[in-house]
Formats: sequence, C-alpha cells, structure tokens
Amino acid sequence: MEFFRSTNIDFLGKKWWFLAFSLVFSVAGLISMGVRYARTGNPLPLGIDFRGGTDVYVKFVDAPDTKQIRAALDKANLRNARIQLLGGGTTNEVLIGLDEKATGGSGDQSQGKNQIINALETNPVAGKQDLNNSGFDAVRNKLIERDPLRASPDEYGRLARQILDYRDRTKGGVLKSIDELSGAGVSAPVIEALKQDFFTSSFGVRSADIVGPQVGEQLKTQAKLAVGFSLLGMLVYLWFRFELIYGVAAVVAVFHDTLITLGAFSLTNKEITLTVIAAILTLVGYSMNDTIVVFDRIRENIKMMRRESLAEIVNRSINQTLSRTILTSGLTFLTVLSLYLFGGEVLNGFSFALVIGILIGTYSSIAVAAPMLVAYQEWRARRRGEILVSAAPGKGKIRAKA
Amino acid sequence: MQKKLFAKTVVIIAVLLIFLGGIFGIPSSWTWAGLKQSALDRVHLGLDLKGGAHLILQVMVNEAVGAQSDHAIEILKEELGKARIPFTDISKPDPDNHPERIVIQAPTPDTQIRNLAMDRLRDFDVASGPNNTWILTMKPTAISDLKTRTVDLSIEAIRRRVDTLGVSEPVIQRNGLGNDQILVQLPGVDDLGRVKEIIQSTARLEIRQVFNAGAPYPNEQTAMQQLNFRLPAGQVLMHVELVSGGSNPDQVYLVARTPVVSGTDIKDARPSTDEMGRPDVAFTLTTAAGQKFAAFTGAHAETGPDPDHYLAAVLDNKIREVATIRQEIHDSVSISGGGFTLQSAKDLAMLLSSGSLPASLQIREERTVGPSLGADSIRSGVRAAIWGMVAVLVFMLIYYRGAGINADVALIFNLIILLGFMGYFGATLTLPGIAGVILTVGMGVDSNVLIFERIREELRNNKAPAAAVDQGFSRAWITIVDTHVTTIVSAIILIFVGSGPVSGFGLTLAFGLLANLFTAVFVSRVIFDAALSRKQRGEALSI
Repeated sequence: MEFFRSTNIDFLGKKWWFLAFSLVFSVAGLISMGVRYARTGNPLPLGIDFRGGTDVYVKFVDAPDTKQIRAALDKANLRNARIQLLGGGTTNEVLIGLDEKATGGSGDQSQGKNQIINALETNPVAGKQDLNNSGFDAVRNKLIERDPLRASPDEYGRLARQILDYRDRTKGGVLKSIDELSGAGVSAPVIEALKQDFFTSSFGVRSADIVGPQVGEQLKTQAKLAVGFSLLGMLVYLWFRFELIYGVAAVVAVFHDTLITLGAFSLTNKEITLTVIAAILTLVGYSMNDTIVVFDRIRENIKMMRRESLAEIVNRSINQTLSRTILTSGLTFLTVLSLYLFGGEVLNGFSFALVIGILIGTYSSIAVAAPMLVAYQEWRARRRGEILVSAAPGKGKIRAKA
Repeated sequence: MQKKLFAKTVVIIAVLLIFLGGIFGIPSSWTWAGLKQSALDRVHLGLDLKGGAHLILQVMVNEAVGAQSDHAIEILKEELGKARIPFTDISKPDPDNHPERIVIQAPTPDTQIRNLAMDRLRDFDVASGPNNTWILTMKPTAISDLKTRTVDLSIEAIRRRVDTLGVSEPVIQRNGLGNDQILVQLPGVDDLGRVKEIIQSTARLEIRQVFNAGAPYPNEQTAMQQLNFRLPAGQVLMHVELVSGGSNPDQVYLVARTPVVSGTDIKDARPSTDEMGRPDVAFTLTTAAGQKFAAFTGAHAETGPDPDHYLAAVLDNKIREVATIRQEIHDSVSISGGGFTLQSAKDLAMLLSSGSLPASLQIREERTVGPSLGADSIRSGVRAAIWGMVAVLVFMLIYYRGAGINADVALIFNLIILLGFMGYFGATLTLPGIAGVILTVGMGVDSNVLIFERIREELRNNKAPAAAVDQGFSRAWITIVDTHVTTIVSAIILIFVGSGPVSGFGLTLAFGLLANLFTAVFVSRVIFDAALSRKQRGEALSI
C-alpha cells in the first residue's frame, strides 16, 4: 500500500499562502495573549504550578451542580474561587481553585484547602467524621476504639485497608452510604460500628495541590530556561552538522510551533502546567526531527543536483520526504490522539499540547523552515548580485550557492 | 553471510534476554501469574499513580547563620573578658537581613580586639568601622558551608522523624541545585496534618535566663513602654505558648538573646510525668552542657551568690514554662508547664531525641494525590498505551505488509528494552512516564518509516532488493542519527531541569530513543537480511 508516489507539488510556490496561514494563527494567539495580559497581567492561563495557590480536585457521588457549589463557597467567604467542571461533566469531577492571595502568605498553607472541604460539607453530622474524606489512620483508630469484632489492632488495620481500597478502587473514591461497604464483604457489626463514628458526604477529594508563590516563580524561570536551552542546543548542533542558516531556520520553525501551541492554550483557556511544558519540549524535539529529515535530503540533493536552483532542490526534497513526513506524523498523531482520548483528566493539557503541536510541527518543517532557507539564500545571492552588478555591469546572472 | 547473520541473531537474543530479566527479574514461579507478580514487584509507581503526599520544604538557612554569629558573640565576650580587653558592646545591628554581621563597639581605638577576633574567629572577616567599631562579617565560604551543613542536618533529622511514622519507601532529598530546599515524598500517606506537624516542628528546645524578676508583661506594647522603647542589650521579648486553659496569649517575657542550653545540648529525651501526675518531658544533657548548666544554675540559684534569677524553657521560640532556680541543676531537666497530652509528650520526646532541626522549615509546596485518582490514572494510562500501540502496529502491517512485521517486531523489542531498563534502574513509573512510553512508540516508528520509504525509493529506481535494502539503511542512517540527537537533547534537558514526574518523562523518552537506534537499525536490518537470504535472486521484497 502506498499513499504518495512520486508527488511533485510546488511547495515553495505556495509560500505566501503558508506565510498568511502562519501569520493568522500566530497573530490570533498573540492577540488572545495580549488581551489576557491586559486583563490579568499574565499572557497565558497559568496552572497551579506557576501561579501558586490552591487547587482541590473533587469527585461527587452525583452530577454536581456548579451553582450549588458556588453558593456553598460564597457562604464560606471564598468568593474568588474558580469552579471548573472536568471530564465534560460526565465523571462528576470538579476542580476548585483559589488564588494564592486567598490562601494567605504565611501561616497555615493548607487553610484554603480545608476551607474548601469544609464549605462542601453541606450535611455534616455533629461528632462524626466524613468517611469519604478520612484517612487510613482515622478509620483504623476508630475501629480499634469500637472493637466490633473483638479482634487485634492488626486485624483492624487490615480491615481499614480493605474498606478504603473498596472506596478508592472500586467506587472511585466516594461512597454513597456506609451500607455500600457490604459489597466489599464488610460484616454487619463493623458497618454498625462505623456508622457510630462516620457519615458519608456527597464528595471525596481526589487530589489537592498547594503551591507557594516562590515555587511558581522558580518554576517559571526553570521552564523558560529549559525551552531556551533546548532551542540553543539544537541551533548549535545544526550549525555543527549543516550551516548556521539551517540551524536558524529550524529554530525559527520550532519557535513558530511553540508560539502557536501556546496561543492555542490561551484561546481555549487551558492551563499551562509543568507537564504542558514537558509536552512543549517534546514538541521542540519532534518538530526539529521533521525539519532535519527535510534538511538532510536537501543536503544530499545539493551534492547530486548541481544544475538546479536551490528552490528546485528544496521542492524536490520536500516531495521526496513527503510520504515519510505524513506517515510518521500520522502515526505519532495516532498515539497522541489515543493519549488525548483515553489518557484521563491529569494528562489532558499534556496531550492537547501534543495534538496541536504535532500538526503544527509537521506543517512548519515544510512551510516555514524550508522556504526560509530558500528566501535567505536568494536574498544573499541578490545582494552579492547587486554588488557584482555595480562592479561589473552586464556580467550574466548569479546562481545561488549552497 | 550466514555465519554473520547467526552471530547477530545471537546478540539480539542475548540483549532481549537481558532486558526481559530487567522486566521480570528472577520470577518465583514460571507460571503466567508468577511472572506477572514478579514484574509488578519490580515496578516502582510514582506518587501520582500510587497516591501519597509530596512536600517541598524551604530550610530557613539564615537562622543557622544567626545562631552561628550568636555563638561567635558569646565567644568574643568570654575571650575579651578573659584577656581583660575593654569593650562597650557587641551586637548584631541588623539580625534579620544580615545575620552574618557583628559589630564590636570599643571605648578607644584598639587593635587588640581585632587581633583577638581574627585569632579566635577564623570564619569571620574583620574590618574597622566608624567610631571605634570593628565589623565582623562571616566569610562567604563559611556561610555556604554552614548552609550546606544545615540542609544536610535537616534532611537527616527529617528522615529520622519520618522513620518513626512507619512510611514505606519515603523519598527525602535536596530539591534542585543549591536552593536550600528539601523534597519529601511519602507514598500512601493520606493524612498530612500530623506528618506536617512532626516534620516541621524544629523541636528547638532552649533554656534561657528570664529578666524583670521573672514577671511577664501583659503584651508587647506595654513591655516596650515600660522599657522606654529600648530593649536592653542582649535581651529580647518572647511570647508564651498558648496551652489549653493557659494564660493570656499576648503575654511576653524579657529573656536573654543567647540560651544557656540549646537543642544540640540534649542527649536524650523521654515522656514522663511531673509530681502531680501530669504528662511532661524529661531530658538529659550532654556532659559538657551539663557542666555549663550546673555552673550557671549554681551561681543563680536562690541560695547562690547571684540569686533572684529565673529560667524559661523555650520550645520553637515560644515560652513553655518559667521557673525559679531552687538549687544547682546538673544534667537532668524536665519541662512540664501543663498543656501536654500523653501523645504530645511522646511526640516531643521523640522529636527532641531525633535531634532538633538546625533551622525552621517553611512549606513551599504541598500536594496530595488520593489513591482513587492514582488507580484511575493507571487505568487510563494503560488504556491509552494499548490503543496507541495497537493502532501503530496494525497500520504498519497494512501499509508495509511483510516489512510491517519487521517494524512491529522492532517496536516490540524497543518496548521490552525500555521497560527492562526501567526495571534495572529502579526507575519510578509516573503518568507522564507512561506517556513517554507511548510517545516512544509513535516516534520510534519514525526510524522504520524513514528506512522503508528509502528502500521503496531505491526499488523504484530499479535496484535489486539486496542493494535497495543496503542503500536504504545507509542513507537513512545519517538522518536517523540527526533526528535522535536533537530529540535526546530536549529529553536530557527535561531530565535535568524538570522535577519529579517531568524528569521521569524525560528519562523514559531519552532511553526509549536510544533503544530505538538499536532496534530500528540493527534488529530490523538483521530481519531484512534473514528474509533476503532465503529469497531467490530477483524475487520481490514485501514492503
């Protein structure tokens, strides 16, 4: 089977279309970043890693009502909390975020988290603990105190582990009622004993992140350094393997990809987290990959096609590698798409960046890096030509030398 | 040719066996279940998959610098006194921002002071200041040594404390480079409250002299008014610790800046009870500190030469108890002052014996992942991996037919080597790490595509199959090296710059690509050669 056989598309002839396309997407992203910057002081929607603050990721038993959650948080004086429905609203999961100011500078960092949990406890029972938000120690100690089975502390340790495993692994972290535990083979006397000390709320905390402002600043610097260093490293490598202009063209193409991917995050209001930065660095490597394959072919063809102009050589090289480019991107895209579709909420931003980035990265190696190479060589030839022309008028045409 | 092929096949099988060993170890039984169990035993799940708590602690290293210069002040006073060199005052002009700076005020210009300071305090630079002063500044190398030591000691103390909590496989290490930060990861911990208290408590117990006849001031403002808004030299105000049923929380005492006994002077501590049967904590001092304390209490006891003095037991900069000195005390001391429960007395005794923290810790980052989220993440990560992989394998088979089998075998080898490597290095599997494995499949197949497309091109140019394969591999090789180097560059940057999960992702990606060089080029070539060697001359290649 073959999709492309000896194509002969004039890619360089479409460079103005490419330029227009790239400009539209870059500028759309930049405008969106500019508007956000004017509004919030940050060009990108930063995730908790960079922003600092508190994020509590909650799973409810039933479909959550954001209005009710908002009301409960307002009542607890958490007016600026952000409420975000996750998983398209089908998984009953909500992310509640507080800004760093709301959590207070010094003092107890986990105050914000505790406030959120308390605010969501809409049906607390006096003197009882919430089983959906209790840890292993609490459950075991209460069981030992009640001693419903006249058993050893070790036995209750095992039982507590069994109860929590059932809650966390089988029921996804929340129990509708304590009676549900009979499904885990927990005996009636134990369930009765648990009911004396515990009740079940309508939610469980899946994860909680509290990040201080200093960490965010540190990570921002780290992320910029990481992206900067990897671009620089590649520039140097390409300079060493090809020529400086090849390095510059490849880095410009990769920068273009990064810009458009970040723009997509700004446009869709998805948060930039540490794993998103990892995805962007992967993209940098991936897009560079694509560009190098084309450049390698150009280098090879220059040796063999001494009569053709650089533009023709580049066009031929892109066409020769087109099949590979489309196949590889398609396959990588398949794996990334599988991550995006099945990878779950935690990897959502990461796989989104890769989905966008692989499309753009493939496009840019054909539409940005290669035309830039040709444009530079033509510009250089023209300049040399002008000098030559002024020095010795009427002396024939100058050919680009690569 | 056949011989060479055989040798290469042996190499491939050997490599495969070695890395299979990395995945499975030496299984207890050779059944499917036994293999599965021993593979699972070798996988270290990261916090994001297993659930647990993650803390980043900032060591307030300046406190250690402050304590060191306080100690230097004590030495200076003692030595100048012994040498009968007069001085007006020794103090730190800006203890908060410049804890490393000490100023000696002398009545007359006196180089004796400088000579003594330079001789006794090797860690300080001495310079002359205006109005007969000498300015001592701790040397930068001494400061950085002290800071490093402080972080090391903090890590040790935290480790001893975490060990008493019975957490399995905790990670306690420096975070980043020279940031004075400590990373603590506690798998399986679902209740951070008590853990944080135990880790963060500096447990810095000190005994300090109390002034103002042992009487407290109702609050700080009143104290300052009564002192005419100037603290006497070497004295500070300190708040009382709020104990249940205790006195007014605003109360302050005027105490000595430098303690008589400090945390490092404690040999061991144990929970105990006072004469009224209430829980308290008893501790024993080291021999040297015991002698010093005996001399001090002997001098200041009710019956001693310099009576009317009081002592305060200070825990983490809060006064727990104020008492009069009845007689000379040697090395056994206890603090009660009420407010202890059995548990808190036990915890404090544990903390005091495990060694106080040399400086306090501030929490910079705190993350908890519940076990339910971890279980979900494993499920979705594995599902994404399987679907991604199946899609690629099936596509390659359809698109390249015979050569597709070749690519699929190479890809599966690639995965085995990657997973085996992770097994050998005890690498931690995180969710981004799983994503790295998936991406390795997607990007690894690129080498195969490059080679196969090249072979097809050569075949189109009417080359014989054997020559086409040869040309395809050698031409694509250059490109493969270039593409791998650039991707590995970004992966290595991820390993070093990123932290935790991100660095795990970088490691998986980097090693996956290295393994890919072996599988896509070497293994794949051997398979092609084996296929070609069975073919008749001129028979077509399935690609």
